[in-house]
Amino acid sequence: MFHRESGYYKTTYAADMELFPLPITKAAIVVICVLFFGLFPALMTDYYISVINLCAIAVVGALGLNILVGYTGQISVGHAAFMSVGAYTAANLATRWDLPFWITLPAGGFMAMGVGLIVGLPSLRVKGLYLAIATLAAQFIIEWVINHTPAISGGVQASIEVPRPSLAGWDMDTQTEMYYFLMFFTALAVIGTLNLARSRIGRAFIAIRDQDIAAEIIGINVYRYKLLAFGLSSFYAGVAGVMYTYYLGIANYEMFQLPISIDYLAMIIIGGLGSVLGTIFGAVFITLLPVVVRVFMETVGVYFVEGVYLAQVIAQMRLILFGGLIILFLVVEPEGLNKLWQNIRNYFRVWPFSH
Amino acid sequence: MSESGMTDGSVKLSVSDISKSFGGVQAVRGVSIEVPKGVIFSIIGPNGAGKTSLLNMISGFYHPDEGSIRFENTDITETTPANRAAMGIARTFQNIALFRGLTVLENLMLGRHVHMKSGVVSSMLYWGRAQREEVEHRARVEEIIDFLKLSDLRKQPTGALAYGLQKRVELGRALAVDPTLLLLDEPMAGMNQEEKEDMVRYVLDVNDEFGTTIVLIEHDMGVVMDISDHVVVLDQGAKIAEGTPDHVRADPGVIEAYLGTGNH
Repeated sequence: MFHRESGYYKTTYAADMELFPLPITKAAIVVICVLFFGLFPALMTDYYISVINLCAIAVVGALGLNILVGYTGQISVGHAAFMSVGAYTAANLATRWDLPFWITLPAGGFMAMGVGLIVGLPSLRVKGLYLAIATLAAQFIIEWVINHTPAISGGVQASIEVPRPSLAGWDMDTQTEMYYFLMFFTALAVIGTLNLARSRIGRAFIAIRDQDIAAEIIGINVYRYKLLAFGLSSFYAGVAGVMYTYYLGIANYEMFQLPISIDYLAMIIIGGLGSVLGTIFGAVFITLLPVVVRVFMETVGVYFVEGVYLAQVIAQMRLILFGGLIILFLVVEPEGLNKLWQNIRNYFRVWPFSH
Repeated sequence: MSESGMTDGSVKLSVSDISKSFGGVQAVRGVSIEVPKGVIFSIIGPNGAGKTSLLNMISGFYHPDEGSIRFENTDITETTPANRAAMGIARTFQNIALFRGLTVLENLMLGRHVHMKSGVVSSMLYWGRAQREEVEHRARVEEIIDFLKLSDLRKQPTGALAYGLQKRVELGRALAVDPTLLLLDEPMAGMNQEEKEDMVRYVLDVNDEFGTTIVLIEHDMGVVMDISDHVVVLDQGAKIAEGTPDHVRADPGVIEAYLGTGNH
C-alpha cells in the first residue's frame, strides 16, 4: 500500500517491464506467499480453510470470465456450463480409467476449451446482447445434454462420485491437503493471467475491447483473437470445474446452473472488469457473502428472528444483499473493488501530502 | 518535399478503376491513382467527395465493388486489413481510434503486434521468447517515442490525453508498424496552428528519415500545397484533376468544385 516510487531508477527495459518492479511490492508478494502457503493452513481451523478453498476455486473461474468479458469485451452468460464440461470430463476420466488429477485436470480444461470455441463462434458475427443470448442458449443446451446423456452424467441424479486426488501415493483428503492442491492451481492461474495481460496477446484482447476496427487495421486478426479469448476463458472455467469436483468429491450439474454463471458475472463486475486483482477481490467477496450473512444472522439475528425461521431468512438475505450490492456498485463505483483499492493506494502514495 | 533520394521511380501503390457504393450513394466511381515510392501524395476534395472511402479501401476496411488495388506489385484487393498491416500498410483515423484503456506505451506496442510472434503459453509464462520479444520491441517503440517527443507521457492512459497529443500518439502507433506506406486521414483536423505545425514537421520527418511513402487526406490547403509532391482531387466520387500542387491549384475544374462558378 505504501508505494514509494521515487528513487528507483531502471536502466534496462527488462527491469522496467517486470511484473512487480518495486522492491516493496516484491516484499509484499513474499509476505502474501508466507501467509497463504505457511501460516494460514497451519493456524486456521478446517472450517475457515474450507472457505478459502471455495474462494480459490472461484478465483480461477472468475479469472477465466474476466479474460473474456473484462479484457476482450465479449460477453458470456454460460460460464458455469463450461465449468460443468470440465467437471464431467474429469469425473468420467477419473472413475472409468482411474486417471490421476494431473491428467484429468488439463483434460477437463481442454474439453471445456473445445466446447467454448464452438460457443464462441457466434461472437464473430454478433456483439453485446445478441452474444449474451447465444451464450445463454449454450448454458441451457450444455446443461440439458449432460443431464440427459447417462454416458456423460453417470445416470441416476446426474452425479458422479470421484476419488480424492492423489500424488505419488499421497491422498489429499483433509481440508488442509485440499487447500494446497487448490491453491497451487489458483496461484498458477493468477500468475498466468497477470503475464498474459502484459504481453502481446493480452494487449490484443484489450485492443479488440476498446476499438475493434482499429485493432484489425493495426494488424490484429480479430476473429482469431476473439476465439482465443473464448477458448482461454473456457479453459479456465473447465479447470475451475475440475477443482470444484475434486473439492466436493462429486460432479453434479446442479452446481453449474445459470445462477452460478450470474454469480461469476457479479464477481467480475463487483471486483473490477479487466483487472486480475479486482477478480480476486470480487471472487472472494461473492464467495464470502453468504458465509458472512450466516455468521451475522446466527450471532445478531437470533435476537430478531425466531429460530425456526432463521434458515429461510438467511437464504433470502443473501439474495437481497446480492442484488442490492450489484446495483450499489454499478451506481457508485462501476470500476469495482479494484478501483476502491486504487483510490486508497493513491491516497497513501503521497501521504501525508495531498498532491 | 522529399528530395532525399527515397524516390526511385517505382510504384508503391496502384489503385485501378475502383468503385464503391453504399445503397444508392456512389461514394467512389472508377478512381485510379498511382503512388510512386517515397512521395507525399495528397488526396483532396470537398466533403463527401469519397476521400475517406478511398482510403478505407486501400487499408482494407471496405472491399471495392469493382477494380483492384496493387501494393508493391502484389494484388491486395482480397487481402484482409490485418494482413495488409503485416505487409507494411498503416493508417491513422479521422476520428481518433486509440485504445483508450491502454497507455501510450501499450498503444505503440500494439503497433508492433504484427512483428511479434510469441504464443499463448510463452506469454502466460512470460519466459523465453515472450520476454525477449517484449524487450526487443520496447526498444523500437522507445525510438518512436523519442522521435515524437512523447517520453513524459509514455505511461499515461491515452484516454486522458489532450486532442493534439492523441493525434500524435495515433501517428506513433501507425509508425510502430514500421510501415512503408502510411495512410493519414486528416492528421491535422481540429488542431491549433502550433499543433498543426508540429504535425506537419513530423509528417515531413517520417517521409525524410524513414523514407515512408505517405498518402494524406487533408483539408488545410496551405499544408497540402506546401508539402505534397503530388495531389489528386476528388469530387462526388470521381477524380477531377491530379498533378503537382501548382498544376492542381490552377486547374479550372478544381476551382469550380471548390468555389463553384459565378452563375448560380
